[in-house]
This record gives sequence, C-alpha cells and structure tokens, in this order.
Amino acid sequence: MTSDYLLEVDDVRTEFATSRGLVRAVDGVSLTLRPGETLGIVGESGSGKSVLGRTIMGLITNGPSTTVSGTVRLAGQDVHAISASQRRKLWGPKVAMVFQDPMTSLNPVKKVGVHITEALRLHLGVGKAEARERAVDLLKKVGIPEPARRMNQYPHELSGGMRQRVVIAMALSCDPELLIADEPTTALDVTVQKQILDLLASLSTTLNMATILISHDLGAVEGRTDRVQVMYAGRVVETARTQTVFNAPSHPYAEALLASIPRLNDPPHTILRAIDGTPPDMANPPSGCRFAPRCVYAADNCRTDPPVLADLGTALEPHRVACHYPLPAPGVTPPDLDPAGLVKEKN
Amino acid sequence: MFMPRKQTPEGSSLTRTQLGAVGAGLLIAGLALLVVGWSAPLVLFAKAVLVLAGVVTTSQGLSRVVWAVRGRRPDILVWLCSAWLVLLITVALLAPLLPLGEHVDVASALTAPTYQTPELLSEHPLGTNNYGLDLLARSVYGARTSLVISLLAVAIGTVVGGSIGVVAGYFRAGVDSVVGIFTNALLAVPPLILLIALGTVLDPKIRNIALALALITIPSMIRLARANTIAFAQREFVLAARAMGATRLRVMVRELTPNVMLPVFSMMIVMISVLIVAEASLSFLGLGIQAPEPTWGNMISEGEGGTMQDFPHVVLVPGTFLFLTVFSFNLLGEKAQKRWDARSAKI
Amino acid sequence: MRTALIRIGELIAVLMIVSFGVFMLVSLLPGDPAVSILGDGRSPEEYAAKRAELGLDDNVIVRYLDWFGGALRGDLGASLIPPQNDVVDRILGALPVSVQLAAMGLLMALLMAIPLAMWSASRPGGLVDRIIGASMFAVLSVPSFLAGLLLIAVFANGLGWFPRAQWVRITEDPLGSLYHSFLPALTIALMELATFTRVLRNDLIGTLNEDYILAAKAKGMPPWRILVVDALRPSSFSLITLLGISMGRLVGSTVIVEYLFALPGMGGVVVNAANQGDYPLVQGSVLVIAAIYVLVNAGIDLSYGYLDPRTRRVHA
Repeated sequence: MTSDYLLEVDDVRTEFATSRGLVRAVDGVSLTLRPGETLGIVGESGSGKSVLGRTIMGLITNGPSTTVSGTVRLAGQDVHAISASQRRKLWGPKVAMVFQDPMTSLNPVKKVGVHITEALRLHLGVGKAEARERAVDLLKKVGIPEPARRMNQYPHELSGGMRQRVVIAMALSCDPELLIADEPTTALDVTVQKQILDLLASLSTTLNMATILISHDLGAVEGRTDRVQVMYAGRVVETARTQTVFNAPSHPYAEALLASIPRLNDPPHTILRAIDGTPPDMANPPSGCRFAPRCVYAADNCRTDPPVLADLGTALEPHRVACHYPLPAPGVTPPDLDPAGLVKEKN
Repeated sequence: MFMPRKQTPEGSSLTRTQLGAVGAGLLIAGLALLVVGWSAPLVLFAKAVLVLAGVVTTSQGLSRVVWAVRGRRPDILVWLCSAWLVLLITVALLAPLLPLGEHVDVASALTAPTYQTPELLSEHPLGTNNYGLDLLARSVYGARTSLVISLLAVAIGTVVGGSIGVVAGYFRAGVDSVVGIFTNALLAVPPLILLIALGTVLDPKIRNIALALALITIPSMIRLARANTIAFAQREFVLAARAMGATRLRVMVRELTPNVMLPVFSMMIVMISVLIVAEASLSFLGLGIQAPEPTWGNMISEGEGGTMQDFPHVVLVPGTFLFLTVFSFNLLGEKAQKRWDARSAKI
Repeated sequence: MRTALIRIGELIAVLMIVSFGVFMLVSLLPGDPAVSILGDGRSPEEYAAKRAELGLDDNVIVRYLDWFGGALRGDLGASLIPPQNDVVDRILGALPVSVQLAAMGLLMALLMAIPLAMWSASRPGGLVDRIIGASMFAVLSVPSFLAGLLLIAVFANGLGWFPRAQWVRITEDPLGSLYHSFLPALTIALMELATFTRVLRNDLIGTLNEDYILAAKAKGMPPWRILVVDALRPSSFSLITLLGISMGRLVGSTVIVEYLFALPGMGGVVVNAANQGDYPLVQGSVLVIAAIYVLVNAGIDLSYGYLDPRTRRVHA
C-alpha cells in the first residue's frame, strides 16, 4: 500500500481481560484517513468508539490484561510496533487528543499556561519566553478572551467551556496532523456544545488537520465531518459520506440513531424515538448480527449469521453496510422525520 | 499469546499437577531453609535471613499446593494469620493446664539454667531468662495478659464509644457538639502521653490498664459510629421505621446499630492490634504490669542494655510473639475494613 | 477570617479542657504527695504543713485556676523529686531534643517514602509493588521499642557504625549531632515510613488514573515527568492530611525512642517522672506536649488553604 493516507487502521481488535471474562471492545475495525480529512465515529456508549480512538493513538496498547491485534499505521509508523519512547514522539506533533471531560482532563494544581507550554518545550524545544508567546496565540486561536491573563489562572477558575478550549489549545500546541476528539462536548452545557463543535470543525478546516470526532450523537457530526462511521458493539455497521448516512441510512441501527435526534423543525410534541433494549454484554456478545436482538427488522438468519461489511454500490463514494437486509435508499424514511431538516449547508 | 491474570479459576499457565509439584518443591525447600536457619551454627543475622526466606518459601509453596488442589488461589496469609491467632488464643486459654515451665516464681526456678538459648527439644524449647524462668511459658502467659487487657479494653471502648457515637449522630445539634468537644479534647493528647499520665496515677493492674486503654479507644469509636449513623439515618428504611411510629430508642437500637456494627467491627480488629502495641509499650516503659508477672513488653525490656547483645533470644522470643500477633490482627483488620468499611480502609 | 477566629476559639476551649483533665487526673492521685516528698515516719503536723505549702488544702477549682494561671505566666511549679528543679526549666531543656528527633524522623520517613511510593505506583501489582507493600505492612507491625532494640543490636553494638546513649546538641556540633541522632531518628522514621508509603502509593495510583494524567501522556510527556510533576503534587495533599493523623503516633514513638536510647528529651523526662510519681512534672509535660500537638495539627489544617490552589477543595 502506498501511503497517501495519514492513518491506516487495519482489522484492529482490542481485548481486555476482566473478572467477567474476555471483553472484545473493538472487534475488527478498519479505516483510512487522508491528510486534512474529517471522520465522525458514532455509537452508543459501550460501542467501543472511545477504545478505538485510544487504540489508534496507542494510549491503549498490549499490556498485562490488554491485547491489541491488527495494525495502526500513523504517518507511516506502526503505532503498536514501535517503542514507547518513539510513540511519545508521535504524541503532540503527529497526533493529539481532546478528552471528554475538561473538568478532569486538566491537572488542578497546574496553571493553564503550563499545560500548554510544557508540550511546546518538550517537542519543539522552544525557550520559555517563546513557548509562552505561542501559548497566548493558541489561546487566542481557540477563542479565549484575555489570553495573557488566563495563562496564570488555575483550571478551576475557568468555566467548563473555557476549560475545553484550553484542552483544545493544549492538543493543538504542536500542530498535530491528526486530532482525535473523544466526545469533546458530552460533559458540557448544551449551549456550549455547539460552540465547541463549531470551533473544532473550523480549526480542522483552517489548519488542514485531519480530525476524528467521536460522539454518541449523530447530530454532532452532521455537517462537521466528511465521512461517518457508525459503530455498534465493537464493530462498524455502516460507513459512508456523512450526508449519505443522514439522507438515507441503510443500517437499521443508524436509522434508529437518527430517529433519536431531537430537531428544531420537528413539529411540536413529536415523540423522540428511543432505541428499545440495551447494548449487549460485551463479555458475551450475541452470535449473528449483534444488533439483531434490538432490531425491528431482524429475521432468523440475522440471529445466526454475522453480516459482513459490504459496499452497497448505490453511491459514487463507497457506502458500506453490515446488514443482511439493508434499508432501501432513499425510500422509507420514517414519517415524523423531516428529510428537509436533514439537509443543511456544510460550513 | 494472551494470558489473563487471576481471573480464570486456574489463573496459572501450568497444569494442575505441575503447579502442585512446584508447590510441593517450594514447600520442601522452605521447610529445609527453616530447619537449616534454625539449627545451623551461623551468625544470628544469617540465621534470621534464612528463617525469613524459609517462611516466605514455605507459604508460597503451601499456597501453590492449595491452588493446585482446590483450583483457586487461596489468600494464604489470611489463613496463616487466623491459624496463628487461633493457636495463640487456645494456648493462652489453656495455659494453666499445659506442661509449661515456670513462668513467674523465681524461687522455684532456682535450679533452672539462666539465659539458656532456645533448643526445640529440650526442657526449655525457647530458652530461659536471667532468673531461669521459661520463655515459652512466659510468652504464653504474656499472651494471656495482653489479650485479656486489649480485648477487654476494646469491648469497653466499643460499647461506650459506639453508643455515644450513635446517639450523637442521631440527635446531632446540642448532644453532638458537646460530644464533639469531648472527643476533640481526648484526641488532643497523644495516646501514649495520655497512657503515661494515667500510668502515673493508676495502680498497674489488669483492670486499670484495660480502662486506660479503653479511654484511648473511645474517641475513634465515637467518630466512626457517629459518621456511619449520620450516613444511615438519612436512608429510607430509617424514615420508614419512623413513619411507622417507632420510638427514637427503637430506631437507634433496631435500625441504626445493626448497620453501624460492621464498620465498627472491622475497626475493633485494627484497634486490638493498636492496643496490644500500646500495652506492650507501657510495660516496656515500666508503667504497665510489673515484672516478674510476664507481659511481652516487660519481657522485651529485659533485653535493654547489653543483655540483648549476649542473649538475643531474650528479646527475640517475646518480640516474635508480639510481631506475629500484631501482624495478624493488622492483616485481618485491614481485610475486614476493605470489605465492610470502605471509608476507613483508605487511611 | 471568621473561620480562623472560630478555629482559634475551638483551640482555646480544647486546651482548657485538656489542661483541666490533666490537672484533675493527677489530683486523683492515690496516696499523699506530702508523704511521697517527705517520706514515711514524720509527725502529722509536718505533713499538714507540707500540704499547706503545696496548696493541697484549697478547693480543687481554686487550685486548678492557680495552676493554670501560673502556666500562662510560664510557671508550672517545681518538681517533687530532689533537686526539685523548676518544671519549666526541665521542659525547656528537654524539648529541643524531642523536636529535633521528631523532625529528623519525619524528614527521613518522607525522603524514603516518596521514592518508594512512586516506584510502587508506577507498576501497581508488579513484583516491586508487592515486595514494597509486604515489607511496609510488616514494618507497620513492629512496635518502635522493638525496632529500636533491633537497630541498636545490629548497627550500634553489632556493626559499631553508630554510637548509642549519647546526645550532642545541634548548636554545638551540627554534624556530630546528626550522626549521633541518626539511629533514634531512623527508629522513629520506620513506622511513619510504612504508613506514608502505603497511603501515598494508593493515592498516586488513584491520581495516575485521572484523566489529566492520560492527557499529559497524550501530549507525549515522559513517564518520570508525569510521575513527578503531574501526579506527585496533587497526591501530596493527602500526605499533609496524613501528617496530621500520624502526629500522635510520632509523639509516642519519640517518647519511647528517647527512653530507649537514654536521650535527654521529653520522653525520658515524662517517663521517669511518671515512674517516680513526680506529678507536677508529669502535669507540666503533658500540658506542653498536648499544647504543641494541638497547635501543630491546627497549623496543618490551615496550611491546606495555602498549598492547594483550589482553596476550598473537598477531601474525600
């Protein structure tokens, strides 16, 4: 394979040994990402999306109770084959991560400035004064007012949204080629969520930075990523251009996820559709299609034969679905879902 | 290849027979080390190292044998500690009936050799002291005194402290603040200093020392019982009992006390070891039970000055009894706290 | 500011109760102090005169106020045992020794506990962690008088590396003082070392599971830096809490070690006074020790605010 890809993930499996047995949190996921491209990974909690993000980074790697198989090639290097110190050289300049909860991902006893300058000084070897200058620029770039004053504050003096901006600035400090944002807005107020998502989207465009946006909310990735990958119980069930999935989801799970998003232009008193049932026990997943127990369309063979991810061939771009009975496109959209509301301008 | 730790019943890469063989090997090697360590004509230090290695090897071997037989790794230390305490308590209870040497009457030990070194198969298996009194007998009678004093003190301290704590925690307000000041005042004097001050005044008799030790148990018991009562008093079952018209006394005795019991019980075990040390310290300082009546503390103080250099067994014999007993109570207490009292276990 | 005033009020109340308790305790002394001073076989008038001289005929409350008033003016009476030295002089002579020993012990414990805990926590459940954990648990079960006797036997008498039963004042010969007090300080340090290591290790493991450690890792920070810079500082607060909790034990082991090593500190003074029934000296010493103990604990409480940027951080 020639590498015009920044990131190539091939058949990655991440397993944890727990007291309840072996949990295969990520079960055979492949994906590719070109420089500057943006990808959304969407699924319920427990679908393995966060573990996938950490496995891609190499934060989760083989250990006493963890096994990673398959390959992750990031900027030409096999993340799980290189040494820990080589991996650390990737973290920062090549790949960086924004974590879920800004309340806990900043060290309470370190000043905001130190969080940002320490990576600059470590990876880029710049002096104290220059690091400070760059850090102030970064804070400005992520939309923090009075950046110079904020540098000397402690995390607890900032609001949640501001803290998440600091976390983003921290991730951007060494100009990473790939940014992995792991549920960056879950812990934030609803009003702040959109601002942070828009900030991330505009940063990846202006900096031409490849971005993986991990979210449990399909609405969060809509209009903000080029492609989307829907995960269920450790496996990819549908992957396509984001708009394609939004206009015509082919996997019943993607359809159900879509139906559970509240929309401003829904008619009043629209009943939100929750997905019946609970995600499977990952120590003992169902055989066959893992979504079958909760799927309204499931037939007998769904419960015995696991479907493979295959291209539908209906769009110009690949549109792969793992389902024995993919929903016909664009036909049967549920009546209370306004298709007009789904088509939005991409910024 | 992936190998889970601890989880699977076997939890071992070896087969049952292999594991058993390794265990038996270790067991024999450990016992051999013990015998060599005990009887070889070496420097005391080398002997001590050998015996220690023997103890570790033996228990590792024993643990593997049980592991192989029962299929589950046993917590061998807990079993060993319980066995030691059961043995000690039995022997202490039966002391007058056992064929032990003279433990207190100097006159009847006139013919016995003085400072005889331990020899397992002789008349004095653990040697004698400067009066020719038998160290095994003295250690056993010392255990009697030590256990009686600390168990009595813990019982008094728990009943008094526990009930004050429950009352203070249930009524709060006035009672609570009076009790609080009283507790703080008791805690304002370091325990040993309080004991020394009491030792100045009180006759060194078992009853008095037990009362003095109970006094240092009371404040911590009050705190523990009070904190747990406050936590439980807000739970639904207490409200339910009150709504059914239960009197305050009934609520405290029937609803709260049983729930406060478990953490208090685990605290009791830890307290016993604290009190054994306190009693031994007091005797060591000459303020506890007076020689020739044996306690571990005053036996150890016989080794002060140059005696320990010439006859180390005078200190090592009671010292080992003291160490093993304190260690056992500490270990069991910690296990109990981990199980029944999550909060105290942290410290 | 208001909370500080309330704290000070509480402190005073506790100290008053403690002093009253200490005073009352010794007034319950069985036997007659006059007899223990003069010895048996004097005439009843002589005893009565002595009692009057000691002020024993007054009401207990009057005597307490008298004594406490004296204490505030720096007068704690005279020792009963000849040469009947002034109690305050005895205490002032002994206190520096105890403070030096306790401080050295604490410092040694910290210097050993921090690296041990970090080593342990860097690989929880690993071989190093288990060995350190087991040995610390064992050390915890060795009472300090036993540990002291063993250390003396091995290092002073056996190997002859350290002297015993000598005290060199730090003002006279700083290095000699450190050398002479090494073994007793080590004895004091052992027990604290075990607790500090265990608590700090558990706390570090907790801290190392925090998201901000993962975030620091994801920035490519080297492991030693994460351990020292990112994990140790947040964890050190629990060490300060622990310092407060272990203060009582620290005083206890200092007393025992001074007695054992025959050093001229508070421990020797108070134990001998107790053995001889010298109650003014016991009263005075206990009062001074309790006062220092309460003040140090209050100081530790107050220091949180200055050390932790989130001044009102709630400790679990």
